[in-house]
Amino acid sequence: MVELKEKISEVFRDTNLVICWREGFDPIHATPHFVREESQIEDSIFNLFCVHNLCVYLPFLKEKAGILVKGCDSRTLIQFLQEGLIRREDVVIIGISCRGIIDVGKLMREVLYEAVTGVSIDGDSIKVKTVSREREFQLTSLLADKCKICRYPNPLIYDHLIGEPVESKVSWDMAYEDIREFEKKPLEDRLSFWTKEIGKCIRCYACRNACPLCICRDRCIAETRDPHFTSQSVELKEKFMFHFIHAVHLAGRCVECGECERACPVGIPVKMMKKKINLEMKELFDYETGINVDDKPPMYTFKAEEEKIKEHEL
Amino acid sequence: MPQESKKELRIIGFLCNWCSYGGADTAGVSRFKQPTDLRIVRVPCSGRVDPLFVVRAFLSGADGVLVSGCHPRDCHYSDGNYYARRRLEMLKRLLPFFGIDDRRFHYTWVSASEGERWQRVVTEFTKVIHGLGPLKIEEGEEIG
Repeated sequence: MVELKEKISEVFRDTNLVICWREGFDPIHATPHFVREESQIEDSIFNLFCVHNLCVYLPFLKEKAGILVKGCDSRTLIQFLQEGLIRREDVVIIGISCRGIIDVGKLMREVLYEAVTGVSIDGDSIKVKTVSREREFQLTSLLADKCKICRYPNPLIYDHLIGEPVESKVSWDMAYEDIREFEKKPLEDRLSFWTKEIGKCIRCYACRNACPLCICRDRCIAETRDPHFTSQSVELKEKFMFHFIHAVHLAGRCVECGECERACPVGIPVKMMKKKINLEMKELFDYETGINVDDKPPMYTFKAEEEKIKEHEL
Repeated sequence: MPQESKKELRIIGFLCNWCSYGGADTAGVSRFKQPTDLRIVRVPCSGRVDPLFVVRAFLSGADGVLVSGCHPRDCHYSDGNYYARRRLEMLKRLLPFFGIDDRRFHYTWVSASEGERWQRVVTEFTKVIHGLGPLKIEEGEEIG
């Protein structure tokens, strides 16, 4: 990772702030790292546990910053630029070609939540040492679900690139197969599926806080009294309302970085709802989020004659 | 047709002030017979209708939601209904994903002079909702 540190120090000379990762409290957790002093560059890392989408901090920064992005995260930046949430000259992008990251939840379940003391990665296998024993896994079995259907392993926008470009063989249809599969179920099954899943929600708003495109933050209508969209009641209906708010506000904006689902403490498939809307956006407006800086999000614009929207008859 | 024999269901209508609300008024003034299930909320423009209004209505106990505005090209504010069309179409396609029948939600365009068309829209939409019955979104079994 000499290259990484070199690039960071190069960018740091220019910006005085670089957002990257460092090792967390144990070897299988990384944590976001704000480099504000030269000495902190030494701590920066990039490995299979750098799961966070660091772009989440950018719209709130008041200064120029360097940032590390994986392929999926880079789409967030493009979406920010489309919506005018950041200025291109305020950000220096270090892109990383990524072969996928590890779903820490899966790994923790495999090692039965024992404390991990060491990890070594060798090719396609990973050795995990816990307090009581050492185990070896295939990397593919621990990859995050979003990485298995990743279509953009290489950053789509960057100033500096680290690593060799990675090829993805995943097509659009493969990436959205799960949604089409789910839609084949009868209506009642879909409702009972969401009743069960959303019923688990404790409305901690972790999904919202982790979402880089949820930029209302303190003014989020899920918490305001005026307008009063949701109440404090713990009913299922209020939980449904919150998830509808999250989904509808991300219509045509979600870049599917999967942070909502990763942050969810009770394992609700939050990303599925967003994927469904993205699928419709593609069908209706032939629009894909976070691909081209010059695109306009479909809900921000209109056409007098919509080709794909037909009048509904009763 | 009047649903006197059946139990009344709750249908919420979001009507734009300039066209559909006028259209509903025209229908009333002309004494066209209409079902009584619909409760109307007057909004300044169909572009004012946040898809979340519709969702909130469903979650607060509505069995059907109808949104109606000026015909495309006739918006009082020139482009409000174009934005509405995109948003509402998105919502109409999203609802069945959550298991809510998309026939429960309908959006259409009725002008102030189209009293007869308004009567037809309301009557037919009410018939559809009565066909589907009340919407049930209920708490599942206790978890954990």
